Amino acid sequence: MTAPRQPVDFTDVQGLVRFGHSHLPSSVFHLLWVKDASAARAWLGSAPVTSAVSEGGRPEQVLQVAFSAAGLLALGLEEGTVGGFSAAFTAGMAGDSNRSRRLGDTGPNDPGQWRWGGVEAGVPHVLLMLYATQARIVSWQEDLFNASFAQAFEHRFALPGGLGDGREHFGFMDGISQPALDWQGESPPGGHWRDAYTHRLAAGDILLGYVNEYGLYTDRPLLDPARQPAAAVLPPAAEQPQFRDLGRNGSYLVLRQLRQDVPAFWQCLDRAAGGDPARREQLAQAMVGRKRDGEPLLQAADRNAFTYDSDPAGQCCPLGAHVRRANPRTGDFPPGTSGPFKRLLRTLGLGSPSGRDDLIASTRFHRLLRRGRVYGDTIDLARALLETPGDADGDDERGLLFVCLGADIARQFEFVQNAWLNSAKFAALRDESDPLLGNRQPLPGALHSDQFSLPRAGAPAQRIAGLPQFVQVRGGEYFFLPGLRALKFIAGSER
Amino acid sequence: MTPQATVMIAAPVSSGRESQLVALLASMNRHPGEADPANSSVPFGQFCQLHMARFSVLHARTNDDIRAHGVRPRPWQPTLVFIADIDGDPDLFLAELCVRAGHGLRQIFSHCRDFDASCDDLLAWLHQRKQRPAASYVNWRGRTVQQIHEEAALVHFVRQQLGAVAAPGQVPPEPRALHRQLRRAMLAELADLRLRLSPPAPTPAGWWLGNLCHLLLIPLLGLLLLPVLVLLAPFYLWRLRHLERTDPENTRPPAPSHLQALLAVEDFEVTNHFNVFGQVKPGLLRLATIKAGLLLLDYSARHIYHRGYLTRIRTIHFARWVLMDGNTRVYFASNYDGSADTYMDDFINKVAWGLNLVFSNGVGYPRTRFLLKGGAEYEAKYKHTLRRNQLPSACWYKAYPGLTAVDLDNHHRIRRGLENPAPSERELREWVSLL
Repeated sequence: MTAPRQPVDFTDVQGLVRFGHSHLPSSVFHLLWVKDASAARAWLGSAPVTSAVSEGGRPEQVLQVAFSAAGLLALGLEEGTVGGFSAAFTAGMAGDSNRSRRLGDTGPNDPGQWRWGGVEAGVPHVLLMLYATQARIVSWQEDLFNASFAQAFEHRFALPGGLGDGREHFGFMDGISQPALDWQGESPPGGHWRDAYTHRLAAGDILLGYVNEYGLYTDRPLLDPARQPAAAVLPPAAEQPQFRDLGRNGSYLVLRQLRQDVPAFWQCLDRAAGGDPARREQLAQAMVGRKRDGEPLLQAADRNAFTYDSDPAGQCCPLGAHVRRANPRTGDFPPGTSGPFKRLLRTLGLGSPSGRDDLIASTRFHRLLRRGRVYGDTIDLARALLETPGDADGDDERGLLFVCLGADIARQFEFVQNAWLNSAKFAALRDESDPLLGNRQPLPGALHSDQFSLPRAGAPAQRIAGLPQFVQVRGGEYFFLPGLRALKFIAGSER
Repeated sequence: MTPQATVMIAAPVSSGRESQLVALLASMNRHPGEADPANSSVPFGQFCQLHMARFSVLHARTNDDIRAHGVRPRPWQPTLVFIADIDGDPDLFLAELCVRAGHGLRQIFSHCRDFDASCDDLLAWLHQRKQRPAASYVNWRGRTVQQIHEEAALVHFVRQQLGAVAAPGQVPPEPRALHRQLRRAMLAELADLRLRLSPPAPTPAGWWLGNLCHLLLIPLLGLLLLPVLVLLAPFYLWRLRHLERTDPENTRPPAPSHLQALLAVEDFEVTNHFNVFGQVKPGLLRLATIKAGLLLLDYSARHIYHRGYLTRIRTIHFARWVLMDGNTRVYFASNYDGSADTYMDDFINKVAWGLNLVFSNGVGYPRTRFLLKGGAEYEAKYKHTLRRNQLPSACWYKAYPGLTAVDLDNHHRIRRGLENPAPSERELREWVSLL
């Protein structure tokens, strides 16, 4: 599999792919519905969308734009063109009940109860992401949302967010583990031979139109300029230059609004710890899989340079801890596979000493580039221990605006959410899903999913049973974050 | 040891009666595609030797794909298949099936072309329509449904006993003391007949002898044929490479409505069910290759992979490969833990070579190199091809809801640990970690 290696063209990529814009503490995500398609296209055509070029310091305000499948259709793209995107994107996050089952969007997470997204009428068309300093954001919004904007779009939801000091509302550092993108196309993609875990990730696993970890291109709409002359504005497709690539330099963007019930979290742990603060803190760390400052629970050179190979049974960091489920840091082969003979044996499934190998898939095919922000007021521990759980709802609720980017929604976000976070059978566990995100719905056969286990050496795992739900999904959708030339094409598309 | 067996019945559906049949099968379900174990037509739950079962209607959805080879597609009548994975003698099971579910089965099979309403020997009718798999896989040979239920009950009991020990802040007892305590409690329950752990039944002598002959005769046959094979190898490789370069691919994504029909019956259980029905590529070389591949697969599943894993895959409960319609079509049916995407990723990343060996002889499969490389390694193409040739089950049953193959293995290890009166330190440590 020899694919041409190409450096990423930052001038055509939206800034969010490269930067989290963490120098801009305020953000508002606007959910828009197209009212007048031609006015919408005109506004989008002149919108000052920020690229990933970094010359001359960081911008003081950033605008990023993404579209749902419904939005692309509403703006006038042909159905055949939109159908060239992945099946997950065109179906939408709440597009069918199977997807909801897989994502854990059942029970209190059911899309029927979401604030936005979900039901047919609720799928937003356009996601505008604004980032600025606190002083600037309001006036900038007023500038952007002029009369032609009002003619073009119906504005239904604004989701303000912030950096939260790098911590999510339970009080832990977030966003530490990120893939390191191979922007220059320097290292050959791993293909089917990369034994050990690494942060390095082929650009094509996040950006469409580039080679991914398999050394292949992900499906996306390739347009024939002879049939669609407007497509001439798009870059050519790397592997089929006779076509223009609507996906190139773009990425899928997953947005989920996750309400966090901080009082429920700390009060549950306080009960489990019998009111002992040190013990309570320890349990919280075990559930998250890190200390509050982000330090891992096992020996590590730095906060992101480690694997769990030295802790196969989860006695330092529980197997079911949130960060271990979200990124198990596994290679293509079980640890200790070296030399052609051993590799052959392992390939045939033989020579596994513990019989516990191969329970977790190879991590590099399931990475997420996270760009989330927190929302709502922070609450300190003392208050969290006093307030009634479930009280913070609506305007005074708090949580995470989870955002991740990737080139394959099914293989990345949905896989991680389904097979790793939500699964009661991850790493041969039972009776538990993700300690933070789990929806606690019972399994078939009346089996539980509301426990959490802390493995111990030479003793049965410690178990906390009857965990309430700490995080509730309030809305979500799959978007396409186009490259800037693709944005021009979308803004110029007329049926 | 009670060996497992697989039964498959196939009968073409009468023209125009398929929608009625599908509605009837759906009426046996509690979720889309998932059977109610107590449904009145075929009360699957009453059969204590039945692991998993399904009814599916096989359509040749991709029949026209073979035109790319310059071959006219053979006509195919939609065909109802019934599959059951069972403990012990398949003939006995079929007889029991006719006794307990005779009325329901007659109702179901009356939608088939050659089923006469006055047919008074249902059992003989079924026997005539049995299909032998070319290869089959059982996750753990000898693990019976009864054993699974008994061990699940034991583990449930053990975990109740453990409740207090596992609570946070409790100082855990020393492992040997814990083992002694739990073993004593288990023995008391067994004595009071509140728990049961049946000893394995003796292995049927005929089966044992047959298996031994199979183990020895196939390599012997291979050895005898070796000189011929060596002589043929260069020609075979030359011809194979030519076909691999020229065989047309069909890796288009499935139609959204077809994908939707597949998704509608998936992910209600922790285990899912897979039906793939495609055509074998034309020509003797492809037929010989798929036959040899399936023989190798069947041999290794029978003699190597019957202890919890198929190469690196630990999530398949039962699987079978069946050549149909005069060896022109291949049907693959499996039961696996997790969702379909997870299953496909597992295959791509761990055993692409194994898939290629068999499925690259199917029409439309992504291009391979030397039979083992390429193919399923083309991730997206492979997923599309598989989904396009996949069919939904109409009615699927599993005897142990919520439990995965790994769960069943863990339960058995916990039992073995408790049955051992004096485990070594190492055994003890491993056993304790399973609790």
